[in-house]
Amino acid sequence: MMVPLDPSSKPTSQRRIAEGDTVVVYERHDAMRAVAVRPGGVLQNRFGVFRHDDWIGRPFGCKVHSAAAAGGGARGGKAKGGFVHLLAPTPELWTLVLSHRTQILYLADISLVVSYLELVPGCVVLESGTGSGSLTTSLARAVAPHGRVFTFDFHDQRAASAREDFERNGLTSVITVAVRDIQGQGFPEEHTGAADAVFLDLPQPWLAIPSAGTMLKQDGVLCSFSPCIEQVQRACEAMRSCFTDIRTFEILLRTYEVREGGLKGATTNEESNAGPLAQKKRKLLAAAETLDVTQNSSSVMVRPCGTARGHTGYLTFARLRVHGN
Amino acid sequence: MAANPREAWEGCSVLLDINDGDRLAFFRLTPAATVKVGNRTCSLQPLVGRPFGSLFSVGPSGLVPCADAPSSRDDTTEDAAVGPAQDETRDNRSLVDNNTAQNLSSDDIEAMKRDGVSGDEIVEALIANSSTFGKKTVFSQEKYKLKKQKKYAPKVLLRRPSTRSICETYFKKSPARTGFMRVDALSLLLSMANVGPYSDVLVVDMVGGLVVGAVAERLGGTGYVCSTYLGSAPSSIDIIRMYNLSSDMTTRIVQAPLSDLCSLQNSGNVSSGLNDSIQGEAQEPTAVPVENTQPSVPQPTDTTVSDEKAQSSKEQSIDTDIPEPLLDEHINQDGNSSLDSKGDEDGSSNGPKSLKAGKAPSPERMKYWSEHGFSSLIVAAPGHDIESFVADLLPLLSYSAPFAIYHQYLQPLAACMHSLQVSKMALGLQISEPWLREYQVLPSRTHPHMQMNAFGGYILSGIRIHNGDACNGSK
Repeated sequence: MMVPLDPSSKPTSQRRIAEGDTVVVYERHDAMRAVAVRPGGVLQNRFGVFRHDDWIGRPFGCKVHSAAAAGGGARGGKAKGGFVHLLAPTPELWTLVLSHRTQILYLADISLVVSYLELVPGCVVLESGTGSGSLTTSLARAVAPHGRVFTFDFHDQRAASAREDFERNGLTSVITVAVRDIQGQGFPEEHTGAADAVFLDLPQPWLAIPSAGTMLKQDGVLCSFSPCIEQVQRACEAMRSCFTDIRTFEILLRTYEVREGGLKGATTNEESNAGPLAQKKRKLLAAAETLDVTQNSSSVMVRPCGTARGHTGYLTFARLRVHGN
Repeated sequence: MAANPREAWEGCSVLLDINDGDRLAFFRLTPAATVKVGNRTCSLQPLVGRPFGSLFSVGPSGLVPCADAPSSRDDTTEDAAVGPAQDETRDNRSLVDNNTAQNLSSDDIEAMKRDGVSGDEIVEALIANSSTFGKKTVFSQEKYKLKKQKKYAPKVLLRRPSTRSICETYFKKSPARTGFMRVDALSLLLSMANVGPYSDVLVVDMVGGLVVGAVAERLGGTGYVCSTYLGSAPSSIDIIRMYNLSSDMTTRIVQAPLSDLCSLQNSGNVSSGLNDSIQGEAQEPTAVPVENTQPSVPQPTDTTVSDEKAQSSKEQSIDTDIPEPLLDEHINQDGNSSLDSKGDEDGSSNGPKSLKAGKAPSPERMKYWSEHGFSSLIVAAPGHDIESFVADLLPLLSYSAPFAIYHQYLQPLAACMHSLQVSKMALGLQISEPWLREYQVLPSRTHPHMQMNAFGGYILSGIRIHNGDACNGSK
């Protein structure tokens, strides 16, 4: 369902939410969660109490209202209760709602990794570690339906949780999770020369790079993600013996907020530099003023959001060197 | 064939990187195809059957694979590792630029060339006869060597055209042609629009076909990419010929005028609420006449959007390394001639490819889409006001379908986002701008690149929602 593996399983306008589906409940852009729909199920949040039974049979993307207003402190819940939207899950939404068992990769890094690894349907990609499975889900979408993702984590419990997630998202035929210390043991021999791409997110990636080199097909692409530049330094040194086209990037997203409003013209701006008293007085006049002044000059304004992720990690890409003969 | 072919084959499209990015050009590997390196014209036949990633030098008989294939870029870094910065004692205090450092004259070099001395040997001779070479730092020695190597021993790197390499090449060589879309922006569009197997992706591509090709590559022969356009003539999607799309993948590319999609939507879609039909009706009067003049087999023509054409022709004069007509000539003439002369498998799957791409979708397909909606939408119309455009496009999507709209200017996206907020047709709306910084990583010399590209485009993303009646009866 997260990634359609046959034509009939893709979400369309005709598709209705059914028992067993995972929906992403959208409250606000920063408040979403994944919910498995089951008969008799109930979701309670600040907007009220929602019965899963009310969702079954509705299309994805619909708006549903709470059955009853939530108890104490329900802000969105007025007299009739609040509402949420039910979205079809995608790897992008999954990244926003999954449970963080580790630090995860986000959209910008993920999309660059998938492109630079040149993943297309049918590819075989190796990943370590699995972590919370954020990137893994996008890798699966890129290589599905016939490609494979083999992902490895040395943490037993984490691998098990990831496996459960992939199972719930219907990705078991694409993703294979195994417990293995890739830094210590390297990738399993069975993948030798069979991987189109390898992704490493390890504390000491340089230990796994020689093994990654033997797994890759000729001209295959390796990516190593590291938060610290010292890790990058050592990883690049390890890559130089059998990789070429080694490139290190940092990618960030700047987001923008949009609002409609008016800016005061020079003539009505006399008081803006005055003290708080004058400003108070101005507020009283505001209603009248906005009507005749600001509405004329009302326009859509846009500015960067005030907070942003400042750093995620460095992405180093390299190609397995082709040996001339 | 494997998902990503690893070796070049007769008739395939290849990207040649000459002298470490100095020149980048696409070619089709036909028997007659040649590349000009320096003043030598070399046949491309030696590339057939060679793995992508192979490096070639220019020998007396044309292109020869280099015995060992480290690119010169990596030579630099390897040698640099020998002398990290803090151990370097030499500096440039004794270097004087008086043009007397080189003892070999140009006549000497010409004589060596006539005697059949290889380019690498000439470079060695130049170094041996340079009185200042020994006084340079390790880094400037490398720089010197590289410069001479490019001149006397040029290298040709065989690359596989893929979304990554095609986007990077256009961005580097003729960015106006692809709306200044940087590879990270394109990657984001593909992710944000959830492009994956079996998706039916609605695309507005006014960036030469870069997006259509990228989506087709991700679909891998499943689903559809429906390229739609305003007016009567589809915009050119010629860039898809640079991708090595299999015939399976190519047949998944269809083209339909937006007016056709919208009118079907109005007549056929029962489940779409009031909003859809109101919007559809509003634009129908303008759409109908257009429809009548439009032949339904849109063979890409270049008489499309005037500003796009102007941009690309301007670009051609600036950039002589990848002149667009040259690229197209390679594909057109050589591609056709290979088809005629060779009836082999590759030829027949490659030749008609350009004809198969961009057919009109079947009526059944159109009906399916009007009832089920498209899985997602990507808009890359950098010269257009997208606000009204998007209001027509969104009702064509299935509920909960994600969309991503690219623009090189912020204001049109802001206006579009605002109107979508007001109309409540979508949620999760966000404008993002990717910021991509590349680093030089060398022992004791790691830092961001001194020159970086500061702008790769803006993207408005969101999710189309069902804004009809809620089941509990309240609005």
